[in-house]
Amino acid sequence: MSYSVSVQTPASRVATAAAAVLILVLIALPFFAGRGTIRDMFFILTMLVLAQFWNLLAGYGGLVSIGQQAFVGAGAYALFGAVILWGIDPVPAILLSGVAALVIAVPTAFFAFRLNGAYFAIGTWVIAEVVRLLVAQWKTLGGGTGTSLPREATRDMWFVSLIEDALGVRSAAARDILAYWLALLLALATIGGIYWLLRTRRGLALAAVRDNVEAAKSVGVDASRMKWIVFLTSALGTGLAGGLIYMQKARISPDAAFSVTDWTAYVIFIVVIGGIGTIEGPIIGVLVFFALQSLLADFGSWYLMSLGVLAIVVMLVAPRGLWGLLSGRTGLHLFPIRRRLSGGQLTQAEE
Amino acid sequence: MIWIDTVLQGILLGGLYALFAAGLSLVFGIMRLVNLAHGDLIVMGAYLILVLVTLLGLPPFAALLIAMPVMFCLGWGLQKFLLNRTLGDDILPPLLVTFGLSVVLQNALLETFSADSQRLPTDALTTASLQVGPIALGVMPLLTFASAVLVIVGLNQLFYRTSLGRAFRATSDDAVTASLMGIRPANIFATATGIALVIVTIAALYLGLRANFDPNIGPARLIYAFEAVIIGGLGSLWGTLAGGIIIGVAQTVGAAVNPEWQILSGHIAFLIVLLVRPRGLFPRAND
Repeated sequence: MSYSVSVQTPASRVATAAAAVLILVLIALPFFAGRGTIRDMFFILTMLVLAQFWNLLAGYGGLVSIGQQAFVGAGAYALFGAVILWGIDPVPAILLSGVAALVIAVPTAFFAFRLNGAYFAIGTWVIAEVVRLLVAQWKTLGGGTGTSLPREATRDMWFVSLIEDALGVRSAAARDILAYWLALLLALATIGGIYWLLRTRRGLALAAVRDNVEAAKSVGVDASRMKWIVFLTSALGTGLAGGLIYMQKARISPDAAFSVTDWTAYVIFIVVIGGIGTIEGPIIGVLVFFALQSLLADFGSWYLMSLGVLAIVVMLVAPRGLWGLLSGRTGLHLFPIRRRLSGGQLTQAEE
Repeated sequence: MIWIDTVLQGILLGGLYALFAAGLSLVFGIMRLVNLAHGDLIVMGAYLILVLVTLLGLPPFAALLIAMPVMFCLGWGLQKFLLNRTLGDDILPPLLVTFGLSVVLQNALLETFSADSQRLPTDALTTASLQVGPIALGVMPLLTFASAVLVIVGLNQLFYRTSLGRAFRATSDDAVTASLMGIRPANIFATATGIALVIVTIAALYLGLRANFDPNIGPARLIYAFEAVIIGGLGSLWGTLAGGIIIGVAQTVGAAVNPEWQILSGHIAFLIVLLVRPRGLFPRAND
């Protein structure tokens, strides 16, 4: 009798179809949505990318980092450096953001991997502080007060005039649309890439390392290599997102680009509230985060306080987050990675 | 001469960092818990003392005597009702809950006391100095350093001379076996966090007397404390003092070269120690 191993579930087939429609709508969004919506969507998509990479690191790799702002900041400053010092166009310069984050990530990992668990967390934070303090010494990029992208560079950016003509919008709106499309591309590549990684042999090894390091090592998984792969991948993605975020902002300062609240605290809350260790979790989390922000943004510190309380409650009551609650009740998996056996002898016996 | 002066000031500054770190070291040593809200608890302690000083018109050192039991109860409750629920094999819950707590505390302080920087009222004592040969040493830094040494001596006495200390050590070694001997680990942990917050209050007093503070400075204090603990080696209180001194000296020497390098050189010293001695200078615990 033949048997088959399948990963797909009926829900995931429906989800794939729905996702295809959703992606088409998102691509077409600038044709019918206003500038405010595009900016909100840009924010949601970039936070989603940061959340997915932090989730890869902490949820799958077991590496709780509080130093992701190092890679956002490094990516952002690399973009500004490339544009201001070398005159490179901001769009291709985003790729350099990823490279810069990787360059920072190698020594960071070298130091931080000497520390375990909670000490790893604070160790990454210290290194992010060191990078921030060093960048603040870089006088040509504005030192501690920061700098802006030159007007010519943002005006003549790739694709901007194309979008202006095609959609009949002003230059500033065209830049927002370009940033939005790039963010959409990055978010889709991130989710697709992480989903692909988790379904490969590497992903299986990663899950094994997360669940039990010693057991994984005993069946021949190279645990420290997996840690490196996860750390460098998430640094690369976080750096790209950092470059893109600051390309859109067009204004940078060390305190903003290396902000632990903006680029790590929010991201951690998004992942924890949505559901750590799942691809669906950060998606739910970022929507909850955005809804809360729209509701409570006027209340300043009350907003952050309630986000913190919500994260603590979720961690204590439902450690797998909102998505974990939902999928636990319904058995729903939109991005299934479990391999299930069907057909074969068992089915015959049942018949 | 100016270099000797700089190094001496650094050593005394190290006393403050050791005070920041002692509570962290204690809690980690007993329950392997790293409290990411530690820095914000220090800042909260400073505000508590400030409130007592302003409302009751007490001198800061008298306010400390009232603040210490308050903070002990707070720490006890915090551990018993919140943090104990996060302990276990998984490292995520304690990290994420204390990180959330840190953000909540920071913003609660911001909402209550605004972002303005505050300072505890100072008197003649805070600005007085002792002339030792050609070098002038501030009375306040000397007092801080002496307090750090006293706190560490006190903690060591508590650990090795009392039945509570025996319970601490037993629970730290093996909580399950300790509970068979009639110890309740949950209460032992709560007491330990209570004591840690008493030390935090002492640290907060000197923080508030020596410099301005505002609700946002907590995380930086956590980082200094953490660096001192790691440099010293986990589980060694005297090591923590040595770690604090190394950070302090690195900062004052760095600042003497270029004022912008003060914080940076402290961090660099930490990274160098981590590179050369990954387990710290005086390691004892195995994790």
